[in-house]
Amino acid sequence: MASPAVVEPLSRPVTSSAIRSFLGSVPTVDEVAVSERVAYLATRSIKHASKATALDLAIRMVDLTTLEGMDTPGKVRQLATKAIRPDPTDTTIPSVAAVCVYPTMVPHAVAVVAGSGVHVAAVATYFPSGQAPLEVRLADARAATAAGADEIDMVIDRGAFLAGDHLKVFEDIVAVRESIGSAHLKVILETGELATLDNVRRASMLAMAAGADFIKTSTGKVAPAATRDVTLVMFEAIRDFHDLTGRVVGMKPAGGIRAAKDAIRYLVLLRETLGVDWLTPDRFRFGASSLLNDLLRQVRWLREGRYQSDHHFTKD
Amino acid sequence: MSRLEVRKTHKLFIGGEFPRSESGRVLAATDADGVVLARVARASRKDLRDAVESARAAQPGWAGRTAYNRGQVLYRVAEMVEDRRSTFVRLLAADGRGAADLEGEVDAAVDRIVWYAGWADKFAQVVGNVNPVAGPYFNLSTPEPTGVVGVVAPEVPPLLGLVSTLAPVIVPGNTAVVVASGRWPLTAVAFTEALATADLPGGVVNVLTGGADELVPFLASHLGVDGLDLTGADRSLVPDAARAAAGNVKRLLVDPPDDWWTAQSPYRILAFSEIKTVWHPKGT
Amino acid sequence: MSDPIPALPTVDWSYAPSVESTAIVAIPAEQGLWIDGSMVESRSGTTSTTINPATEEPLGVVAEAGEEDVDLAVKAARSAHDSVWADLPGRERAKYLFRIARLLQERAREFAILETLDGGKPIREARDFDLPAAAAHFFYYGGWADKLEYAFPGIEPRPLGVAGQVIPWNFPMLMLAWKVAPALATGNTVVLKPAETTPLTALEFARLTAEAGLPDGVFNVVTGAGATGAALVAHPGVDKVAFTGSTAVGKRIQESIAGTRKRVTLELGGKAAHVVFDDAPLDQAVEGVVNGIFFNQGHVCCAGSRLLLQESIHDAFVAKLKDRLDLLRVGDPLDKNTDIGAINSAEQLERIRRLVAEGESEGGERWQPACDLPERGFWFPPTLFLGVAQSHRIAQEEVFGPVLSVMTFRTPAEAVEKANNTPYGLSAGVWTTKGSRILWMADRLQAGVVWANTYNQFDPASPFGGYKESGFGREGGRHGLLPYLGGVA
Repeated sequence: MASPAVVEPLSRPVTSSAIRSFLGSVPTVDEVAVSERVAYLATRSIKHASKATALDLAIRMVDLTTLEGMDTPGKVRQLATKAIRPDPTDTTIPSVAAVCVYPTMVPHAVAVVAGSGVHVAAVATYFPSGQAPLEVRLADARAATAAGADEIDMVIDRGAFLAGDHLKVFEDIVAVRESIGSAHLKVILETGELATLDNVRRASMLAMAAGADFIKTSTGKVAPAATRDVTLVMFEAIRDFHDLTGRVVGMKPAGGIRAAKDAIRYLVLLRETLGVDWLTPDRFRFGASSLLNDLLRQVRWLREGRYQSDHHFTKD
Repeated sequence: MSRLEVRKTHKLFIGGEFPRSESGRVLAATDADGVVLARVARASRKDLRDAVESARAAQPGWAGRTAYNRGQVLYRVAEMVEDRRSTFVRLLAADGRGAADLEGEVDAAVDRIVWYAGWADKFAQVVGNVNPVAGPYFNLSTPEPTGVVGVVAPEVPPLLGLVSTLAPVIVPGNTAVVVASGRWPLTAVAFTEALATADLPGGVVNVLTGGADELVPFLASHLGVDGLDLTGADRSLVPDAARAAAGNVKRLLVDPPDDWWTAQSPYRILAFSEIKTVWHPKGT
Repeated sequence: MSDPIPALPTVDWSYAPSVESTAIVAIPAEQGLWIDGSMVESRSGTTSTTINPATEEPLGVVAEAGEEDVDLAVKAARSAHDSVWADLPGRERAKYLFRIARLLQERAREFAILETLDGGKPIREARDFDLPAAAAHFFYYGGWADKLEYAFPGIEPRPLGVAGQVIPWNFPMLMLAWKVAPALATGNTVVLKPAETTPLTALEFARLTAEAGLPDGVFNVVTGAGATGAALVAHPGVDKVAFTGSTAVGKRIQESIAGTRKRVTLELGGKAAHVVFDDAPLDQAVEGVVNGIFFNQGHVCCAGSRLLLQESIHDAFVAKLKDRLDLLRVGDPLDKNTDIGAINSAEQLERIRRLVAEGESEGGERWQPACDLPERGFWFPPTLFLGVAQSHRIAQEEVFGPVLSVMTFRTPAEAVEKANNTPYGLSAGVWTTKGSRILWMADRLQAGVVWANTYNQFDPASPFGGYKESGFGREGGRHGLLPYLGGVA
């Protein structure tokens, strides 16, 4: 599947008609068939050693998240501590991939995780709505990287997308990409607002062509957030983009994934669409908070053979 | 010493739950000799308003289920009524009829529910069809449910009449607000208990016991109700109700059948269905 | 890009076996025939052993019914029809069928495991498709039993009498339901001959009908092979013959009943065209094509075995198809994660091998994903033949196995011409986003079932059956009642 050199799908400067043509070449999506494929793969029975592998992998893929108006340095420091050591009673439980916070909270996260291998991702560009002038959104992103975030989760302009101004959506992403230096860029599509799977597929291709390192489903502030249906479509877009350009783009579903069982279903979908090469936190993350404890619960169930209670897992 | 039995409290059935009337009123349910058997809730116009809201909220989900699923749920209603046979026989006996009649009514009611259950995934095959229009177009007519339907259940037969008016309404995906028999309301309450254990989603059927003369005018004039079955209503209530129904062009069924014992027809389903016709060209 | 997380080796995440337990299934060591409401010893004295095609282990001994046995079964069915069934009010017949449906739902897991053991299909399929669909069929037709006067205006519905039904091994319970449900609903009685390699679920079903209280003789089972089927079809006491199987046998049956008053429906073979246009939703089309030919190991009469690709998308599509085939899991049918199970018999495996060898010798380019196939049992990997032409035998003959022939076309008219260029006419698939093209193609495809932007969809409410040498008569839907009613022709 990999090609030796990376090919740019759209030559710069990009024009509106080039984008129209590029998006026109994206295949349509049949949502009933997607839903059936997702339902089929949900019947995979993941047991014993393969379940243990999946749980370990899922923990290492979590972007442990808090994005509330009421977040404080104390809250974020405690979250970051849990991110490094999810289970104080079990040192075999690995750290998660990253913590995900608002830009103002970045320094507090950095203070705890620096040197641990856990990344600091910041949502930026006037998250979650993105409804602010470009300069404001870029300033937001720069502030986050200046504070020490090494990953930026930006939001696309859904209004522009739905109104057909795909060039604007593209140029916004390019501008953010350029403003964040070497930080890794996740582009949030807000699939719940894009509504159709055709839009999700097109927005995915657009975001990747504009330089996304990861495409992400949702802000988690709009329902529906992540679903396995949109995830499958985004995986297929990533596959096509890789075939076209040779570039690897990762994927992150975020919001609404609370159960370990559900997380494992996402991993099945990943494995049976993109293959084992994508089973790494470099290419797949879960944007989640309560999921982590359910993963820990399932690890203990496998080990002890008895069902667990919330009391035995720290909230943070 | 004989054992003291625990007496049932009879309440309304709205949104899948059993609330008392917001008015706090009750009505005595008596037998043929006037002996009080129990009290039922006496629904008010506000209860009716709440019932309509419940029915409206439940309608898209019920219509969105597969026809097969609706048929399965209705079949389970039949299972639950059959299972409560002795309860129904006991309640129906209040009007003084003989045992054979009572068992016969329960038999007929269960069989009628099963009959309508079997229509759910066939009705469209009988009333829908492709239309051979004179042009290169695919043209298809299919039935869709009307929406929220008000049902005035006949006073008698208390169980069979209720089933005969209610079942055809919900088969295609309508939801219902039922004004139960005022003279023999205990059967209707027992029926709601069967509904509540039949996997029927809350709000699909809502049943109000109380005075039809008080409730029917509000049901008939309610702009959020799309259809109205008056076939079981006292004839004196019909003219005003029919006039009020015109306020939002409600679909109406008015004339009672000759005999409730034989009153089953897919055309009762059609009475609360809309026909949608779709065109699409055929070409490369 | 930021510093990557310290590189961990790629996780080789292979699924641990998740094998369904067979503890709830009890197969009698030896069984007879189900006649007149009970299990009886066959008069023929001949038996055969049915095996698990995934392991070649014997499962149990069953009888091979002879002419005398068939005669007894037909007489029992006749007597039950005349004395009990035909005159029973429709609403009572309906309730028997609803009971049967409910019992099938209750015992679905048990039947699914038995189906997988005897036939080789993945448990996931038997559990999630075969059994629920069979129960749904009984529910659907149960509901028609007391509504026949609405089904066909202008006729007085009446049963034909005794139906002799012969079913294949690819969907034993589902084929049983497709035959038995409409027959009983319309007031006929049944003598069923299940396929010789898959008799077990039919016999268990017979016991289930007794649990439902079905009157004796209404439903009878005579197990056996071709000779038993021929005896049943030829029996003068049979009023209606229903057969699903190969076109070759179907023709023999039609010949044998010629000149008699027997009514017949035939559901025979197919070589369906699966047409994919350049504007198809591509990834879903790949999925649909894969499902169309590899579902149930390709043992499907309506399998989309000829892929007609619009030439402009051929290379991209075939590349996706190959990647997708690499992910198919072939193996133990009892493992819940298996996608493709065992080939049903040694005989069928030999047939597939022979046709594939012929395909190669004709010049077709064979491609198969790497597959770890078990030592024992009957297995064949999913197979593509590329560069196929209509004149290749592999494009004309029904393989009834996991083998897909790939051809190209340029225009819609050419796709239609190639799709119809076969004596078969059971089904066809069309993938395109353009609605008008779907309808234009559907009008012109000579197939009894056209699937657009999907494939292998079945529903008891949807009529199924073929054009041309794929047979005649419909199963499913309102039209599925017609073959069992008198006064309609």
